[in-house]
Amino acid sequence: MQFMLLFSRQGKLRLQKWYVPLSDKEKKKITRELVQTVLARKPKMCSFLEWRDLKIVYKRYASLYFCCAIEDQDNELITLEIIHRYVELLDKYFGSVCELDIIFNFEKAYFILDEFLLGGEVQETSKKNVLKAIEQADLLQEKTENMFYSKSGCKKAY
Amino acid sequence: MPAVSKGDGMRGLAVFISDIRNCKSKEAEIKRINKELANIRSKFKGDRALDGYSKKKYVCKLLFIFLLGHDIDFGHMEAVNLLSSNRYTEKQIGYLFISVLVNSNSELIRLINNAIKNDLASRNPTFMGLALHCIANVGSREMAEAFAGEIPKILVAGDTMDSVKQSAALCLLRLYRTSPDLVPMGDWTSRVVHLLNDQHLGVVTAATSLITTLAQKNPEEFKTSVSLAVSRLSRIVTSASTDLQDYTYYFVPAPWLSVKLLRLLQCYPPPDPAVRGRLTECLEAILNKAQEPPKSKKVQHSNAKNAVLFEAISLVIHHDSEPNLLVRACNQLGQFLQHRETNLRYLALESMCTLASSEFSHEAVKTHIETVINALKTERDVSVRQRAVDLLYAMCDRSNAQQIVAEMLSYLETADYSIREEIVLKVAILAEKYAVDYTWYVDTILNLIRVAGDYVSEEVWYRVTQIVINRDDAQGYAAKTVFEALQAPACHENLVKVGGYILGEFGNLIAGDPRSSPLTQFHLLHSKFHLCSVPTRALLLSTYIKFVNLFPEVKGTIQDVLRSDSQLKNADVELQQRAVEYLRLSTVASTDILATVLEEMPPFPERESSILAKLKKKKGPSTVTDLEEAKRERSADVNGGPEPAPASTSTVSTPSPSADLLGLGAAHPVPAGPPPSSGGLLVDVFSDSPSAVAPLAPGSEDNFARFVCKNNGVLFENQLLQIGLKSEFRQNLGRMFIFYGNKTSTQFLNFTPTLICSDDLQANLSLQTKPVDPTVDGGAQVQQAVNIECVSDFTEAPVLNIQFRYGGTFQNVSVKLPITLNKFFQPTEMASQDFFQRWKQLSNPQQEVQSIFKAKHPMDTEVTKAKIIGFGSALLEEVDPNPANFVGAGIIHTRTAQIGCLLRLEPNLQAQMYRLTLRTSRETVSQRLCELLSEQF
Repeated sequence: MQFMLLFSRQGKLRLQKWYVPLSDKEKKKITRELVQTVLARKPKMCSFLEWRDLKIVYKRYASLYFCCAIEDQDNELITLEIIHRYVELLDKYFGSVCELDIIFNFEKAYFILDEFLLGGEVQETSKKNVLKAIEQADLLQEKTENMFYSKSGCKKAY
Repeated sequence: MPAVSKGDGMRGLAVFISDIRNCKSKEAEIKRINKELANIRSKFKGDRALDGYSKKKYVCKLLFIFLLGHDIDFGHMEAVNLLSSNRYTEKQIGYLFISVLVNSNSELIRLINNAIKNDLASRNPTFMGLALHCIANVGSREMAEAFAGEIPKILVAGDTMDSVKQSAALCLLRLYRTSPDLVPMGDWTSRVVHLLNDQHLGVVTAATSLITTLAQKNPEEFKTSVSLAVSRLSRIVTSASTDLQDYTYYFVPAPWLSVKLLRLLQCYPPPDPAVRGRLTECLEAILNKAQEPPKSKKVQHSNAKNAVLFEAISLVIHHDSEPNLLVRACNQLGQFLQHRETNLRYLALESMCTLASSEFSHEAVKTHIETVINALKTERDVSVRQRAVDLLYAMCDRSNAQQIVAEMLSYLETADYSIREEIVLKVAILAEKYAVDYTWYVDTILNLIRVAGDYVSEEVWYRVTQIVINRDDAQGYAAKTVFEALQAPACHENLVKVGGYILGEFGNLIAGDPRSSPLTQFHLLHSKFHLCSVPTRALLLSTYIKFVNLFPEVKGTIQDVLRSDSQLKNADVELQQRAVEYLRLSTVASTDILATVLEEMPPFPERESSILAKLKKKKGPSTVTDLEEAKRERSADVNGGPEPAPASTSTVSTPSPSADLLGLGAAHPVPAGPPPSSGGLLVDVFSDSPSAVAPLAPGSEDNFARFVCKNNGVLFENQLLQIGLKSEFRQNLGRMFIFYGNKTSTQFLNFTPTLICSDDLQANLSLQTKPVDPTVDGGAQVQQAVNIECVSDFTEAPVLNIQFRYGGTFQNVSVKLPITLNKFFQPTEMASQDFFQRWKQLSNPQQEVQSIFKAKHPMDTEVTKAKIIGFGSALLEEVDPNPANFVGAGIIHTRTAQIGCLLRLEPNLQAQMYRLTLRTSRETVSQRLCELLSEQF
């Protein structure tokens, strides 16, 4: 996998993960182009498209689009399930994850992703093992500060 | 687990994020951000040392601001400080910041690397994990330099925790991708291969990715992974759906790992029989499962199951050796073509494209043509329609070309703008490739311009004019058709270009019909003139001057047009210059000179279709080439001979110089026997020694050898006569132009060149030529064309004997004509593993010929490469494990067979020797190619 992007229906980027070295300028250009392309597609269309010399695999969960760029020989369907498994991991961790969780806890979204995918390849597919790693980390923290913010208007992600 | 209890809540961060979200405008957001940046900056610069928590919070805010799309130019140092914190969450945020905002500041890199080094040495698996994640995320060269030696040790150490092993494997993979030169292969590689046997499936999953990538570059080193991967796969495939516990995903056992294992196996040719049986069982089991009722209605279940199925099909296609599996795969994909899931239809179309290029399944794919055409018409998603177009293109052959081209043309009328140009190119290529009849070809291209003129690139209309010029049987029809097409009140400018060009060359062919008299042709073209852009007008001006030559009767009219102010004083320099020059030319030049200057265009010499080149560029080199190469090889293997000749073979008296250009394998029926030699009787009368053919001229052998790797040049020269050659070959056909130059100022009389072939040679090589004028004026040059067809492989070379009278003396010269077997080579690109697979297949002793010889020329790598390419085979880079060696591959085309050839040249600089090995499926071919090539170095 070359990169993964999470963006909202309004086109706001929520998470970006790049597994190939690119300049910031190039990253912004790619993001702009892809967000536009994917948002323009209708709901029933297929989840794959050719883009430059890459294959784009995307799926929408509630208000969020998950979009991965893979190489020519990579497997589209398994990538679709990479996305799903990531959503499941987020869901399990946050408890009915919604876009706001990812906005306010973006760093956690990155940590979970790093446990699941590394260098663009699947590292650990067992949900249990991934969450174990994250929770262990949580236990290591010195104090917990509660966060008070509204979760109203937040839809269940899937 | 409610979100509020999660993580180390940073209140200030949450407040800041809320603030940003509440901003009503972009300006307000920027204002808020600038305020925050100023605040953070002052905290970082402040006298009071920040505690770890604050530092973490501010670094995290900076990260958030960066991810919003703003530039961040400070805070790196604070982030680096966090790396050495003992508190996990602080360290974690520090690493995240570094991973996202890499900075090439060398001072910083040194500090980061130091922190990583400490964490790697800490023996704390959580810290090690963070450090490895950071290396994998950044993946820079500096990091590779610092850690590429260390990570393999962590990976294979006995006491490393599983989770750390997983990270280490993928971390190493990332470093290998960015800096392969910095990851040395060593003892660790064999131990990594054995990770495929690890008990922990997560470790196996991560290791498989690493091994796959390494094996692509170092197949030998990792070949033991094949049997391990097969047995691992077999265990997964045969496991019950619950056996693998958490590695079962929606009732599918370890789908990610299965896909990765199948990918790994695609780095290698089919394994040895023992392993192969087991693998075939796995693949069959996977295909069987596809037919079973689903264990769950969830889309995740079917996606995971089908992901494995598609990867298995890819492997079957890659091996391309089990007809049974290939046909089953094709049937399975056929079912998917009508599936209600758009995703599956898309993938089935995509996968079938590659199946279409396998000899075993090409026919099976073709049976789905109606479904695919239907998809083209009814799919609502353009990306699916695009796949359908690709598949139609891939399944096209002589039997269905007319139908497919017609469907594509009709689809083009409504096709999405984004894919029109590509469809145009595809139609143009198919029309050319499978043209049995050039009227159909011309019609198709003109239709193409009519339907999608704006998308017809230059290459397409250049190509149609090239082909018409090269095929004299298409010229009259083309002229008539463009003339008719131009009658339309509004026609596309590209049509005007084609029309202008073709009428300028061949308008005379239809001028006999009063409806298309010269003047009518001219008026028709000129009526479009003012609507056209400058380049088209320039082209039309050239057409007009060609008309002046073709039709003297319209000269006056055309001169009037050229003379008009709008031409002579045109603001565009190019148009003005053409008008002035053409007008002057038409006024001062004699008919003879006009006829010479404005002579019909000579045939275009060309090897590859420019359109195909363009499509390749568009689609990226891999997709098109592979398919074409694969198709070519298939026909080599299966048909054992070239495709049947199209019905349009031109008459023998005026052989078209382009037969070989089209890549149609068009064979001209050439009468056997020696070419007719005119003036033979005269020679008999005048010659001093009538029947004698001179012995070969001195130096003829050397000259002959020089032509083995090139096609043009001077073959012979003495004080009287120079013989030059220009030739081109395509598949089993060739055409050679022989130029005879009279170097003296006196006429040569009874000039008679004759081609002499032994009986043996005559059976295998068919040559056909027309006699030349028996008189060659002093200083003049005459040319003679020879049509060549390779019937079967041959060893000898024909002899060219030239007899003529110069002054009072009879001259008799013989030279060997360099028509050699290698001229019928078509290069074949292939990957290292394919090469060695084929190499092994050709291991019979009589298939291999080897020669060891002393270098006759300086041993220069570049020169050697050029010679191998000139020899006709493809030069395969990065195939031989020893980079000093050269390997090549190609196919010798003859009428009766196509012979795959592999060659390997090993130079030994010290001894100034070479060893050349040829392997082909035919002993005589190996022998001859080895002889020819070993003379070259």
